Amino acid sequence: MIPENSVGIVNPETFTFAKDEPFQLESGATLYPVDVAYETYGRLNADRSNAILINHALSGSAHAAGYHTLDPDPKPGWWDNCIGPGKAFDTNHFFVICSNVLGGCYGSSGPSSLNPATGQPYGLNFPVVTIGDMVRAQVKLIDHLGIDQLLCVAGGSMGGMQVLEWAAHHPERLKAAIPIATTSRHSPMLIALSEVGRQAIYADPYWNRGDYYQAEHKPDAGLAVARMVGHITYLSDESMHQKFGRRLKDIEQYGYEFETEFEIESYLKYNGHNFTRRFDANSYLYVTKAMDYFDLCAVHGSVAAAFANSTHIKFLVVSFTSDWLYPSYHSKELVSALHAAEADVTYLDIKSSWGHDAFLLEVDTMTNLLGSFLGRIVREEGIILPEAEVEPAAEPDPIENDAAPSAVSA
Amino acid sequence: MILRSDLQSITELIPNGSKVLDLGCGDGALLEYLVQKKQVRGRGIELSEAGVLACVKRGLSVRQGDLEEGLADYPSASFDYVILSQTLPFVDNPGRIVHEMLRVGQQGIVSFSNWGYWRCRLHLLLTGRIPQAPDLPQPWYDTPRWQAFTITDFGRFCRQQNLTIDRQIYLAGDHPYTRRKFKNLLATTAIFALKNRQSQPPSMPE
Repeated sequence: MIPENSVGIVNPETFTFAKDEPFQLESGATLYPVDVAYETYGRLNADRSNAILINHALSGSAHAAGYHTLDPDPKPGWWDNCIGPGKAFDTNHFFVICSNVLGGCYGSSGPSSLNPATGQPYGLNFPVVTIGDMVRAQVKLIDHLGIDQLLCVAGGSMGGMQVLEWAAHHPERLKAAIPIATTSRHSPMLIALSEVGRQAIYADPYWNRGDYYQAEHKPDAGLAVARMVGHITYLSDESMHQKFGRRLKDIEQYGYEFETEFEIESYLKYNGHNFTRRFDANSYLYVTKAMDYFDLCAVHGSVAAAFANSTHIKFLVVSFTSDWLYPSYHSKELVSALHAAEADVTYLDIKSSWGHDAFLLEVDTMTNLLGSFLGRIVREEGIILPEAEVEPAAEPDPIENDAAPSAVSA
Repeated sequence: MILRSDLQSITELIPNGSKVLDLGCGDGALLEYLVQKKQVRGRGIELSEAGVLACVKRGLSVRQGDLEEGLADYPSASFDYVILSQTLPFVDNPGRIVHEMLRVGQQGIVSFSNWGYWRCRLHLLLTGRIPQAPDLPQPWYDTPRWQAFTITDFGRFCRQQNLTIDRQIYLAGDHPYTRRKFKNLLATTAIFALKNRQSQPPSMPE
């Protein structure tokens, strides 16, 4: 049963560009053609000024809200609690776009896509991409959708890096930016954690230097370990205590053996294994590498300099008190840099015990904060929101119907 | 839109269209008033999550954080006015905050409760208990740690620190106190507009 405040059934779409002219990547390599998988929710207003681009995190997809099927037990998009009618990104007001990143494995070009030159999946022949490349592919998509300027670009974690990339390098294309639980430069600790995940994949004999798409086995064990490390970094000490404690799984006492005994072990194993059914190991390598290269400071000399041309953009920077992966001080450094660039910044460090995952879980505060912020942008920019869709009358009253022409038929 | 009388007095010191930073801006009532009625370009710094959320609801740009880290973000002279309303007794290092205000702003506006008010003096004399400031109703153990000081104390501080007092407004309760004498005895609230002496334009030769 699809809940009432859902965007409902949504259709994944694909936009293909660079069919003739190759797409130039930051590394110097080229790629063509390039597919960008995307979904949209809500309606564009008359002057196409109410579009919001949502950027997903490492393992996300273009499926941010709603449902793909009427399955009896459907799972909604990854940010469904924030995108929909009456939600933080209110689809009654905004045209919301989400696209899969370049290098990903959910429909956009990535290592598992077919290489037109060979007719085989690219594997490691897929060029290494950057956050900048991902965003330039999104710019092509926005062009294709006929949108000159986005009302807002928003996203958490790696999605937040894309937000900052938009604001720093395509500032004329957006009015507001919401970077959440993110950083303006990937820290050595973050690179280290990425590398542990990648090493787990390299160490899996089935990885076979990325050439496994036709093989019987995939590097599932390696990818699962990478995901387990990831999951640990998305939680906090406190949230692990709350969710699992030292509780044992299906046993009363220690077995003094090397089986899964603690609930936290079982959780990690389950999620690691589940991940291998939905994610491509090579994509994990490419996407984590793109994050590791992200450094607005290196490109411009300072983070403030990166935003020198972004002073018309209104920023809402959000972090979470228990996030140790992208700790609050990363966001505070960003806020300082934005202030130094004399940008218009609102910043809130939301009190939460959920660690990095908080950006998907602190729904009430996020709805309040993002809703208020977007309402202000709409007022200040004079955006005319699309008119409310006329609700079809459920049971038209025949007497009323005769008496007056109904709004629906008019 | 009705403001508390001390906040109303602050708005009278601020010209239309100024750039204003409000330190400890709370729920944003003063900033919203200034933005709407005086077309200022307003920014705020606020520690509490509830305060920041209320400010964003009013459409304001606010940075969450304590005053020292918030002020440190801003380049020198990036605002026309920096406001510190009823907050100075509660900050860790009042002297440093005032100097930071005057680094970031051309002018600083400080409002504070006067512990020199006669009822406060009488309260200590008669009951032997530390008086609450005239407009701080909570008992001492229920309020954040504060420094009690008087109008005379603050005037001496400004002289010692070489700060220029541009304007002074006094209130007795909700009403302006306009007499020249006995301010430290009869005023409950003071509002000082300050400048750094070196930030003044050089005086013209006579």
